[in-house]
Amino acid sequence: MTELATDLHPNKALAHHFTDMPQQREAVTLGMWLFLATEVMLFGAIFLAYTVYRHQYFDSFRAAGGHLFVSFGTINTCVLLTSSLMMALAVHAAHQGDSKKIVRYVLLTILFGAIFLGIKMTEYVIDTREGLVPLNGWWKAQSPDLRVDREMRLFFVFYFTMTLLHAIHMTIGMAILAVIAWFAHRKRFSAEDYNPVDVTGLYWHFVDIVWVFLFPALYLVHPEMHLFK
Amino acid sequence: MSSIPYYPAAERPQTYLNWSYRVKSWLFTRDHKRIAILYMLSITLFFFIGGAAAVVMRLHLLTPDGTLVQADTYNRLFTLHGVVMVFFFLIPSIPAVLGNFLIPLMIGAKDLAFPRLNLASWYFYMVGGLCAVIALVAGGVDTGWTFYTPYSSIYSNTNVVWAIAGIFLAGFSSIFTGLNFIVTMHKMRAPGMTWFKMPLFCWSHYATSIIQVLATPVVAITLVLVIIERVFHAGIFDPSLGGDPVLFQHMFWFYSHPAVYIMVLPGMAVVSEIIPCFARKPIFGYSFIAFSSVAIAVFGFLVWGHHMFVSGESMYSALIFSALSFSVAIPSAVKVFNWTATLYKGSISSATPMLYALGFIGLFTMGGLTGLFLATLGIDVHVHDTYFIIAHFHYIMVGGAVMAYLGGLHFWWPKITGRMYPEFMGKISAFIIFLGFNLTFFPQFLLGYLGMPRRYHSYPPEMQVLNVLSSAGASILAVGYLLPLGYFIWSLRYGKIAPTNPYLATGLEWQTTSPPPPENFDVPPIVTEGPYRYDLMVSQLGTPLIAEGARIQTTGSAVK
Repeated sequence: MTELATDLHPNKALAHHFTDMPQQREAVTLGMWLFLATEVMLFGAIFLAYTVYRHQYFDSFRAAGGHLFVSFGTINTCVLLTSSLMMALAVHAAHQGDSKKIVRYVLLTILFGAIFLGIKMTEYVIDTREGLVPLNGWWKAQSPDLRVDREMRLFFVFYFTMTLLHAIHMTIGMAILAVIAWFAHRKRFSAEDYNPVDVTGLYWHFVDIVWVFLFPALYLVHPEMHLFK
Repeated sequence: MSSIPYYPAAERPQTYLNWSYRVKSWLFTRDHKRIAILYMLSITLFFFIGGAAAVVMRLHLLTPDGTLVQADTYNRLFTLHGVVMVFFFLIPSIPAVLGNFLIPLMIGAKDLAFPRLNLASWYFYMVGGLCAVIALVAGGVDTGWTFYTPYSSIYSNTNVVWAIAGIFLAGFSSIFTGLNFIVTMHKMRAPGMTWFKMPLFCWSHYATSIIQVLATPVVAITLVLVIIERVFHAGIFDPSLGGDPVLFQHMFWFYSHPAVYIMVLPGMAVVSEIIPCFARKPIFGYSFIAFSSVAIAVFGFLVWGHHMFVSGESMYSALIFSALSFSVAIPSAVKVFNWTATLYKGSISSATPMLYALGFIGLFTMGGLTGLFLATLGIDVHVHDTYFIIAHFHYIMVGGAVMAYLGGLHFWWPKITGRMYPEFMGKISAFIIFLGFNLTFFPQFLLGYLGMPRRYHSYPPEMQVLNVLSSAGASILAVGYLLPLGYFIWSLRYGKIAPTNPYLATGLEWQTTSPPPPENFDVPPIVTEGPYRYDLMVSQLGTPLIAEGARIQTTGSAVK
């Protein structure tokens, strides 16, 4: 629509179809909350499936949970919550229109996200060595009882599906954050126009909260979970 | 309102259609009206692909032993028909075409809240649609549109993964559309356009959008799980690995039952606009119709279990799902009664859109009432997975949603294209569709009650008469659908130039030119009156104004 005369709006940050900045800001924020609602339903459905089998195969799921590394999970929870803190600081800096601080805190957010993914990868590698990947040829029998072994395998199907889905969300989030950092570096944002930082922050916090639910559901189900296995 | 002068091409006022003719200006447009046109063209394509599959099936079922196609091909045909019609025609039809075009106009906005997201939704839809259709046509898929496990995850040797991937992608388009509508209606209404001054078209689309946003992600993750299941033999839905196939049914229908309301609520949206216009009366029970849309969306989320009455569901949950399914009838009936009460003592004219709207009310009522039969546990066990079900949901989907879509297309055709459709041909094809539809699907109620199962490629010889009737109806229906395709295209060049408000309808969309300018309104509108104030629209003699559409038919004169 660049050819239209009406596109030549005095305020470049304001899209042509909004009347003023508050309207645009409210619309974008509501849009992100709705998107997060779809994400809740997406993760909710798989949490539901997990809960069904956790209820059905209570003992096997508890035993399977004992094979996870609570130490890694705990450290990762701390790392991710710290990245959320950095994101909150970036949003705060955006509200004040301080571009330098936005760049700094967004990069820190990405850094902590990367540490999280690095630890997660390490964990996957160890899981693979222990034969916990529920694929034909990869899975090693975890119990002499075939039925229990089958049920423990199902636990790991959920473990990998859910944590990978979460990791995909984090990777997308980090890519968006990189763009945000670039924009902030180019002084795209101001104290009046910080919407993209704001809503990306909402998304990032949401992804963190998903982990806050994943962590107890997967790692802490074993009765004698050991912090350092 | 009454006439627009003839302009030489160079001096014609700028509209959303003529400001640029370059291909790029269409493929990268962020104008909701142009995106609606993109959707309209692609949806029409998918409709005729799905329709062609139905025609072959009905031809095959002319004879009991089915000689036209082999059993395997028949399985692929009904899957093609179901997947294309549900996911690539019905779900996007009215929201993505008419909703996209009209919602900003109706609430006096310049565009939807997120124009880029709107364009992205069309691309997701197209990539998903082509992916699925190629999988369905080249090689085919034989699971049925429901992809029940473990058949889809283990036993079927067809292109299930590609078809599912296509549906997954199209899911994004549905979510984006719904999200856009909700934000637009919350934040972009013109000054004075309060919630209760919004046309009911918007209310219905609001309810639809809630379902699109909240239900689609569930089927998305479910389909991803089926792909994981199929590719990696994960076992979530595989009993031999400890999984539960019925869990798939729960997760699938948690989306796919509310999806039925994604298809029919927008139909109700269209009918709520057409009825008052051609009855020349304010709509009866505005707030009841508005809230019944929301009620249908809410109840719709609580009834998915009625698809599993014979899947080993416990008696108590079946009872509760049965009762909840009955409760959906209440808001649906509220709407039907309010529409008929609007007709009461109205100056009813029989323009083409009105014929479709009246057809909708009758056929939707039939479909809805037979839905109550199916919510009844005992009867459901008897007719489950028979042609009774097929007939029931085609009365809702085709008799309801498609009739409303066609009615809406006729009603807003002058606004969308700036040309009138030929009224006489419109009426003829509306009658043909109504007749053809009933002849096709009414015998299927009887067939189902007699016990003919769905998805079978052959049947006992004593059921042939009813099957022949149904196939004959399908051929009439096909003619009925081809006619509008023909005369709509014809009207683009030869149709009469449409005035701003050919039906003397209320609503902001009728106050801007036909077709609208790129930014919808030359002067930003300010709303002072509620919708449907047909009682205020009287001529100087004090008699109610009758819609122009009706006048065309009685006098045969041009709308100039």
